[in-house]
Amino acid sequence: MTTSAVEATPYNFAYLDEQTKRMIRRAILKGIAIPGYQVPFASREMPMPYGWGTGGVQITAAIIGPDDVLKVIDQGADDTTNAVAIRGFFARTAGVATTTQTGEASIIQTRHRIPEQPLQSDQVLVFQVPIPEPLRFLEPRETETRKMHALEEYGIMHVKLYEDIARHGHIATTYAYPVLVDGRYVMDPSPIPKFDNPKLHQSDALLLFGAGREQRIYAIPPHTDVVSLDFEDYPFEVQTFDEPCAICGTRGTYLDEIITDDKGGRMFVCSDTDFCERQVARNQGVQNQSSAAASEKTEMTDA
Amino acid sequence: MLEDFTPSEAFVPEATAEDPPLLRASGVSHFYGNRVGCQDVSFELWPGEVLAIVGESGSGKSTLLGCLSGRLTPTAGVVEYRMRDQATRNIFDLSEAERRFLARTDWGFVHQDARNGLRMTISAGGNVGERLMAIGNRNYAAIRGEALDWLGRVEIDADRIDDRPEQFSGGMRQRLQIARNLVTGPRLVFMDEPTSGLDVSVQARLLDLLRGLVSDLSLSAIIVTHDLAVARMISHRMMVMRNGTVVESGLTDQILDDPQSAYAQLLVASVLQP
Amino acid sequence: MTMRLCLSGVGKTFTMHMRDGTRLPVLRNVELAVSEGECVVLSGPSGVGKSTILRMIYGNYRTNEGQVLVVDGDKIIDVATASPRRILDLRHRVISYVSQFLRAVPRVAAIDIVAEPLKVRGVEADVARDRAAEMLARLNLPERLWSLPPATFSGGEQQRVNIARGLVTDHPILILDEPTASLDASNRDIVAELIEERREAGAAMLGIFHDGSVRRRVATRAIDVGSFASV
Repeated sequence: MTTSAVEATPYNFAYLDEQTKRMIRRAILKGIAIPGYQVPFASREMPMPYGWGTGGVQITAAIIGPDDVLKVIDQGADDTTNAVAIRGFFARTAGVATTTQTGEASIIQTRHRIPEQPLQSDQVLVFQVPIPEPLRFLEPRETETRKMHALEEYGIMHVKLYEDIARHGHIATTYAYPVLVDGRYVMDPSPIPKFDNPKLHQSDALLLFGAGREQRIYAIPPHTDVVSLDFEDYPFEVQTFDEPCAICGTRGTYLDEIITDDKGGRMFVCSDTDFCERQVARNQGVQNQSSAAASEKTEMTDA
Repeated sequence: MLEDFTPSEAFVPEATAEDPPLLRASGVSHFYGNRVGCQDVSFELWPGEVLAIVGESGSGKSTLLGCLSGRLTPTAGVVEYRMRDQATRNIFDLSEAERRFLARTDWGFVHQDARNGLRMTISAGGNVGERLMAIGNRNYAAIRGEALDWLGRVEIDADRIDDRPEQFSGGMRQRLQIARNLVTGPRLVFMDEPTSGLDVSVQARLLDLLRGLVSDLSLSAIIVTHDLAVARMISHRMMVMRNGTVVESGLTDQILDDPQSAYAQLLVASVLQP
Repeated sequence: MTMRLCLSGVGKTFTMHMRDGTRLPVLRNVELAVSEGECVVLSGPSGVGKSTILRMIYGNYRTNEGQVLVVDGDKIIDVATASPRRILDLRHRVISYVSQFLRAVPRVAAIDIVAEPLKVRGVEADVARDRAAEMLARLNLPERLWSLPPATFSGGEQQRVNIARGLVTDHPILILDEPTASLDASNRDIVAELIEERREAGAAMLGIFHDGSVRRRVATRAIDVGSFASV
């Protein structure tokens, strides 16, 4: 990775100083070596408020190089304020190319989604994490949760799921659904919908998680077993949608509800905007092709 | 026939190879700096026995209980426990993981304040089921069935299973705490003043329940109490503590009806009779 | 006749620490033995130490001097030096004690109080309850009381619960501390009859009976405790 500063700004490459990046990289490497384990790191003040992805930004800053192509999504969308701002931040401080296309990106920083298009082994997905500790819900003491991780005392994770079933008749946790990584550490996958949980399992891409305020980094290396916690008689299930996407017509993607008016009108559309746009383009391409084919035919007939 | 009796023949040794104790404390001491918590306490506890540790506040009984249950590390002394595989181990030689596993499977701990022994924001059923889930039970219906069974045994109505302990009375909380501890079939239960702070009638019900469970399940128990009536009702044996040391020990009814030491006599004489 | 119980050189002194360690000698050199099928009655004026002897045998009072030897199968146990655990074991299997006062846990039904010693000895709960019911019926305790805790019973009713509890098992040694003290004539007869039955069955019994008619009926021998008085 280069140390040359970007001409346009007075900052070091990718904003953080090199010592900090090394410190973060060491934490990342440790996280990769111990899948699912939360590695403490000295989170820096970033030029954005906590809760806006300071953990993810620091990881991205530590791993990005001048040849990388960066994509940033927020709830699946490339065009929200947060995604645009972070993309702009790295375009300015690192001078890297940015993209909205999943297939073109080498690093994708995300808040609360995993792209629909399967990731490749040369891609890295960086998650922004608000609360990294999956045990926090039941155990407020950090000293105790650390001990519980160390000793694999994970009974209370199932207590949480038990409470769900007792109260709602099913496991009502729909996001930040806890997983067991590599048969060892219980991990919070960040508030992604549980729809995305299966994509964590045996992923081709490296998955990195950063929590800036809580000062934790953790990782799922490629091809790691990731199992969503459940009961024998209440097995883990992902959300399903009755309707296809109202824009691109695709079935089987994760949909967001969009309120369209104040009379109860609403529609369901892909939360992954890049995927949705490309589906629309492909559909149009098919239409163009078929109309082109039809005109050729006409011409041929004419001839 | 009388002439044939000799004292040596009459002597029957206590712990034999065929009949080892469940727990043996040897010279257990704990100091807080220069101050004595408890000093040089030794005893043996057999399966099915209930031992009461009595004394005034500051007598060291809670410190001793902490050492026996592995919550405090003794400054000196050994606490040996016969594990489920019958191997006797010094609990302070166990790894922390082993000790914690022991504490949530083969032991129970009933706290004076239920808030320390329950998860107040989790339903009664979740509180009872936690230990089962902790040892790998992954069947919701089975866990819930077991929780219902235990709530019944501690006389909590089945329709309270999804209520949180915050909504329970003091007596119910203690009973829930007991159910939560007993669900894994522990062999030894530690209790720290389990009935203090409860109304007398509630106290009687809890004691009666405890007595029944202890005898039905052949539980061993070590119960710390300052209340001699509680000790009489529930324990077989008693240790009287003062200033960190055991001043008298023996059969509960013998100590209460024929106390030998000056301090035990004073304690017994100080009990109010209704 | 096989000896079951033997006191040899037994003495008892109470030390009153709250009265500057005043020593109160009560008994010395108690020598007595009870065999199978005997009902030995302790006699002497009140305060002479009759109950104290019974309590030392049961382990309720500590024995300062001498031996309190109890035959347990092929073993002989000295209650004076036995560990609490050994004494508890003797109480479960060998020595039963019927006192005039019932000390029961609140909330436990009369029938369960009576059945408890059977359950402790491994009798199944249903069988134990049936036998407890038989015993209570024999002692004329009205059936409506069986499922109630005895705390609110009259003195006589409580005492019958206590007697039923003490006699429901087949402990080979029975200690009877004025079992008929507050009973009416007909119930006294029933208790006497029960004691006779146990005596015929071979139990070794040692007791205090203030009621002359019961004493004459059950006793095989009397011992004057006054001769051991430590004055």
